[in-house]
Amino acid sequence: MLAYYLRLATRSALGTPGLSALTVLTVGLGIGVFMAALTVFYLMASNPIPDKSDVLYAVRLDNWNPNKPIYADRPEQPPWEIGYRDAQALRASAIAPRRAAMHKVSLVIEPERDGLRPFETEARLTDGDFFAMFDVPFLYGSAWDRAADDAGSFQVVLARSANDRLFGGANSVGRTLLINGRTFTVTGVIDTWNPVPKFYDLNSGVFDTAEEFFVPFGVARELELTSSGNNNCWKAEAFDSYEGWLASECIWIQFWAELDTPEQVERYRAFLDDYVNEQKRLGRFGRPLNNRLEDVATWLDTRQVVRDDNKVLVVLAFLFLGVCLFNTVGLLLTKFDCKAPQVGLRRALGASRRAVFLQQLTEVGGVGAAGGLVGLGMSWLALRGIRATFHDFGGLTHLDWALVATAIACAVTVTVLAGLYPAWRVCRVPPATFLRLQ
Amino acid sequence: MLKMQHISKIYRTSTVETHALRDFSLQVREGEFVAVTGPSGSGKTTFLNIAGMLEEATSGVYELDGRDVSGLGDDARSRVRNEKIGFIFQSFNLIPDLDAFDNVDVPLRYRGFRADERRKRIEAAIERVGLASRMRHLPSQLSGGQQQRVAIARALAGEPRLLLADEPTGNLDSEMADSVLALLEEINRQGTTVVIVTHDPDLAGRIPRNVHVLDGAVDGPQPVVRAWPVEPAAASLRAGAIA
Repeated sequence: MLAYYLRLATRSALGTPGLSALTVLTVGLGIGVFMAALTVFYLMASNPIPDKSDVLYAVRLDNWNPNKPIYADRPEQPPWEIGYRDAQALRASAIAPRRAAMHKVSLVIEPERDGLRPFETEARLTDGDFFAMFDVPFLYGSAWDRAADDAGSFQVVLARSANDRLFGGANSVGRTLLINGRTFTVTGVIDTWNPVPKFYDLNSGVFDTAEEFFVPFGVARELELTSSGNNNCWKAEAFDSYEGWLASECIWIQFWAELDTPEQVERYRAFLDDYVNEQKRLGRFGRPLNNRLEDVATWLDTRQVVRDDNKVLVVLAFLFLGVCLFNTVGLLLTKFDCKAPQVGLRRALGASRRAVFLQQLTEVGGVGAAGGLVGLGMSWLALRGIRATFHDFGGLTHLDWALVATAIACAVTVTVLAGLYPAWRVCRVPPATFLRLQ
Repeated sequence: MLKMQHISKIYRTSTVETHALRDFSLQVREGEFVAVTGPSGSGKTTFLNIAGMLEEATSGVYELDGRDVSGLGDDARSRVRNEKIGFIFQSFNLIPDLDAFDNVDVPLRYRGFRADERRKRIEAAIERVGLASRMRHLPSQLSGGQQQRVAIARALAGEPRLLLADEPTGNLDSEMADSVLALLEEINRQGTTVVIVTHDPDLAGRIPRNVHVLDGAVDGPQPVVRAWPVEPAAASLRAGAIA
C-alpha cells in the first residue's frame, strides 16, 4: 500500500500546488535555518583528529609582560604562541617522540608549467613530524626527514590541489619548484586533508582550509621568512635585523608535541617547568610559572572554538523551526480540511481510519522530505553567506553526508509530528458528514 | 439481507436534539429491489447512512447478512462496508484527479486484492457499465450519466451483496436516468440486493417495492414484495463467490 499512498500523495500535492509549495517552503525554511546553525555548531564542536586527539598537545609558555597578562579578559591564560628561542629549545628536547613548531608564511611560487604565472600563497613552515603527528595522508612520497629540518633543506610538500595545478596531478616527487627564488625539491604530495576546526593553528581562521605548501622550519632563517599570521610583542626591544627578531620576546610560533603515554606527559611537563625556571634565572619569564600542555579537546575548549553565541544561535534556530512547524500544522489542517470530502468517500468505500491516517502521514512525510531537500538548499546558501560575510568561516563550504541524512530525517520526523494532529482530526470526522457536503 | 429493528437516531447539539429516526424497523430480503421514499427531512438519508454503516444508530438492532453489526468497531465496520456494501451517490462522488480505472480501483485497494485480481475486476466492472472505451478518462471528461456509470462500476467491482443508492438519478436528465435505472435493474436481476433512496415518485414507481418514510419511521403497512427472478447463471456465480 505504501506505493499507492505515495502515488496518492504525489497527486494530492500536485492537486493543490500553491498550498503544497507553501508547506514545503515553510518546512524548508525552518530546516534550512536550523541545519545551518547546527552545521556551524557541529563543525565547531567536532573532533578534527579523533584517533589522536588525546596524545597531541599544544604547548604554551608564558613569557609575556610581567606587569600585565596578554589577554586582559582572560588573565589566567598564557599566550597562544611562543617565541623562536623557546621553540628552538623545545625542538631540541627528545622527550616527545614527535614535535612540530610551525607558523604561517607567505611564499612566492614560480611555476615551470607553461601558462602559469608566479603567485604568492600562504604556506606552513613546520617540522617534518607535522605530517605523522597529524595523520596527514600522502598521495605520493613522504615528508622530509629530521635532518632536513635541522639543516633547513629546500624541500617542499605539496597539497594535492597544488600538485594538480603545478604538475597536472602527476607524481611530482623529486621534481623541483622555484620558491622565493630558491629551488625546492618536492618530497611528497598529500591527499585531500582539511581538519575542521583547523586545530593546529586557530589564530588565522578556525575554519580556514589547510595550506597547500609546507616547507621545513629550518628554511626560515635562510630565507628570512616572517610570520604571515600573528606576531605579538610586548617588550620594548630594539632589533633591526631578522636575527634580532628571532632573538626577541615576540611570539608567533605554534608548538605541538605528541606524547603517547602519561609518563611522557609528566616528563614533558617537568621539562617545561625546568626550562622556564632556568630561563627565569637568566632574567626572562617574569610572570608566574604558567606552562600549559593541553590535548586537542582541551585546547579547542580553551580557545572557545564553540562560542556561547553559537549555542544561543542553535537554540534560536530550533525555536524558529518550532514556529515554522506551528505554521505547518496550520497549513496541513487547511489542506486536510480541503481533502475531508475525499477522505469521507474513501472511508465510505471501505478505508479504515488507520488506512486513511497512514495515507495522510505518507503525504506529510513526502512534504517533509521535500522540505528537507529545500532546507538543505537553504542551508547551503546560508553557509555560503556566512562564509562570504565572515572570513573566519572559510572552511564551512560543505554539508557532509551525515548532516544531509540528519536534515532529511529531521525534516520528515518533525513534519510527520506536525501532521499527526491534522491527520488524526480528518480521520475522526464521520464519513457521512463529508458525503452530505458533496 | 438487511434487518433493522427499532432503530432510532438522535442528533444532539448543545441546545437541540433532533430525532432523525424513531423506532424504525425494516427488513429487506436477499435479491430485493427497494425504493425508500419520503419527503425531505423524513429520515431517508439517515436510514441509508445507518444501512451503509456510515453512521451508528443511537439504539436498536441492525443485522446485515444475518450478522448483528450494531456494535462493531471502526476496523470491522470498514471491512463490512468494503466487502458487502456498494454505494452510489447522487453527485457520483468520483475522485476528480483519478481516471475511471483508478476510481473503480479505490475500494479494491482497501480490500487487499493483488494487482492482477484488481485489474480483472476493474475491467470487468467498467465493461459491465458500458464504458470500456472510457477507462482512462478523468471524471471531468465524462458526461453525468457516464460518471454515474463509473460510480456504479466502482460499487460493483467488489461484488457487494447490497447496493445502496442515494438519489442515483437526481443529477441526470431523464434519458440518462433511464439508462442508469436500467443498469441497476439488470444488476438486481443478477442477484444483488438494491436499495434506492429517492423522492422521485416516477423512479419509485418503476421499483418493485416501495417503503415510505415519514417523520423518521416507516409509514403505513409494507407493500407486497415483488422481486424480479434472479437469473440462474448469476445466482450460481454469486453463490460460488459467497462460498
